[in-house]
Amino acid sequence: MIGLTHYLVLTGILFSIGLVGVMRRTNLLMLFFSTEILLNAVNIGFVAVSKFYGDLSGQMFAFFIIAVAASEVAVGLGLLILWYKRNGSVDLNSLQMMKG
Amino acid sequence: MENYLYTALFSPLVSSLFVAVFAARPKMLFTGIVASLLIAVSMICSFVLLIDVNTYGPLHVTMMDWIAAGNLEIPFGFVVDEVSVIMMVTVTLVSTIVHIYSIGYMDHDKSFNRFFSYLSAFVFSMMILVMSDNFVGLFIGWEGVGLCSWLLIGFWYHKHSASWAANEAFIMNRIADLGMLMGLFLIYWNVGSFQYDDVFAAAPELPVSIVVTIGIFLFIGAMGKSAQFPLHTWLADAMEGPTPVSALIHAATMVTAGVYLVIRAGELYSLIPHVGFAIASLGAFVAVFAASMALVNNDLKRIIAYSTLSQLGYMFVAAGLGAYWIALFHLMTHAFFKSLLFLGAGNVMHAMHDELNIKKMGGLYGSMKATAILMSVASVALAGIYPFAGFFSKDKILEVAFNEGAYGLWLALFIGAGLTAFYSFRLVMLVFFGEKEHVKYGIHPHDAQPFVIYALLPLGLLAIVAGFFEPMFEAFVTRLVSEYHIHIPHATEYLLIAATLGIALSGIGFAVYKYKRGGFSKSLEDKACYRLLSNQYYIPKVYEYYIMRPFTVLSKFVWQKIDMKVVDFTVDIIAKCIYASGQEARKIQSGNLSDMLRWMIVGMLVLLAFAIVYSAMM
Repeated sequence: MIGLTHYLVLTGILFSIGLVGVMRRTNLLMLFFSTEILLNAVNIGFVAVSKFYGDLSGQMFAFFIIAVAASEVAVGLGLLILWYKRNGSVDLNSLQMMKG
Repeated sequence: MENYLYTALFSPLVSSLFVAVFAARPKMLFTGIVASLLIAVSMICSFVLLIDVNTYGPLHVTMMDWIAAGNLEIPFGFVVDEVSVIMMVTVTLVSTIVHIYSIGYMDHDKSFNRFFSYLSAFVFSMMILVMSDNFVGLFIGWEGVGLCSWLLIGFWYHKHSASWAANEAFIMNRIADLGMLMGLFLIYWNVGSFQYDDVFAAAPELPVSIVVTIGIFLFIGAMGKSAQFPLHTWLADAMEGPTPVSALIHAATMVTAGVYLVIRAGELYSLIPHVGFAIASLGAFVAVFAASMALVNNDLKRIIAYSTLSQLGYMFVAAGLGAYWIALFHLMTHAFFKSLLFLGAGNVMHAMHDELNIKKMGGLYGSMKATAILMSVASVALAGIYPFAGFFSKDKILEVAFNEGAYGLWLALFIGAGLTAFYSFRLVMLVFFGEKEHVKYGIHPHDAQPFVIYALLPLGLLAIVAGFFEPMFEAFVTRLVSEYHIHIPHATEYLLIAATLGIALSGIGFAVYKYKRGGFSKSLEDKACYRLLSNQYYIPKVYEYYIMRPFTVLSKFVWQKIDMKVVDFTVDIIAKCIYASGQEARKIQSGNLSDMLRWMIVGMLVLLAFAIVYSAMM
């Protein structure tokens, strides 16, 4: 029987993968994928806990996150394409104009 | 009525602020005129208030809440009663005349506008001082006049001696103000209020020791402002300021603030007559002590300054012995004739091109008759000759001393009266009569402009007639302060008056006789007692050698060893640590998004760790 624990473990694993991606990846596109993984890991957690307690607010929150993530990706990808057209690269190491 | 009160109080402030706008500009005549007019408005309002108080009784207003914190509540309140209205009238009257006089006196000064701004600010502070209905307001005014005194003594700040004298006055006053502040703290500690009414109502219930301590501390404050021994040295040095300032601040008004404080706190001092007697004794001592220094001084303004000190001593005798209305009366008459004397001295100074040594003057009567007559009138009033103003007030003080059975004090004041008469006429004789010494120095003196002389006429008139207001004054002021009855038989009283008049007249006569024949011989100046007096009893030297120099050495040690080596060093180390850590930490700011994300995750993990530890602890 698949219980809450399994879901939470899955959430944890996905979140860690996302975190490692955020830390290690230097390609901006890959960074976006990693953030999506992070967000969806959290979504799974929300939905699982919501189902467990029989409380709908967790699932509602997950919908919100999906909506926000979608708009964020739309804006982010737009900027990314613009950056690619101008610089020919989406590598993070080329994006260092704010060095202190 | 309230409107008159606010106008009287705030028109000097308006004057000061208005003129201050032009302070940095070259001379503009209208600033002097506007300032004089606004002070005159204040004077007229004060006179209206005098009549109102006489008809309807005291006026008490609370303008607004000022300080309200916890149990401490100090309103911004003003009281115009019999004592404060007399002070207001005296202050504004003398100020108006000094303002008009200054238009002439400061004519050629490039800081003409600045001078009027300061002078009006002084009047405002003085009004706050006398009109406040609580001790804190009084203290604010007290500090305000101290500040203006500093600004005005050091008015010609490019002169080293002037800025030194200004600092001396300010620092001496700070020492005394600490005493006053302690007195105020004690009052609040024991009474829980600063309002005069509350304090005086609660005073009889307080333990005597507390009242004595409060009385002593408040008097220390008064000693500083009124330049009583041993804090007297600043007053003579304060003569570095322009002469109208000496007339207004260091003779007529500010220095009498100490006497005003004792009169105002009379209900407190009447509970502790032995402290009052100590005040009177100090006053009598200063009366003779200062007069003796005036005997030999050759500086025109310093002689008058010592005379002021001596007269303040007289006032303290009356106030200390509980004859408050007499102290206030002498304060008022003294303000008139002493400011006249100073303003006359200003005319002489101008005529002599700022020469102050009276030995270099002489025979000025021929070229400046009006000033000579006015100054002679003031000197006669100061000496206390009937029917001039000084006679009535000074004689009353001597009677009070006799009435209290304090024959020692009476004798001191009696001698003081003789000395006063002598030095006043020594000054008049040396300046206006005798050999024309100034011719040797190629000076051609001329009298001041006519409007300056006309401005002095009211003071001259008051110096003559103010004494005749005595019965009215007594009836008016004793409505507020306790009455004072003299129980000397009439025969003795007349004898005392005759004796006082006699010694004053003989003092004058001796001075006139001696200086008509060329004064004393040179050999007198080598005598020990002459040197003692002309060096002011070596008190300034003592202060310099035993207080200032050790203090300078101590300050230098503290500066070089403690401040530089310990305090500054510690602060520097802290600054260096922060600077070095900043230098290291700025490497984090690489501008690389990956690095930033990593740091973000580190931060998140740290917060998570905190949350876990915290929840585990709970």
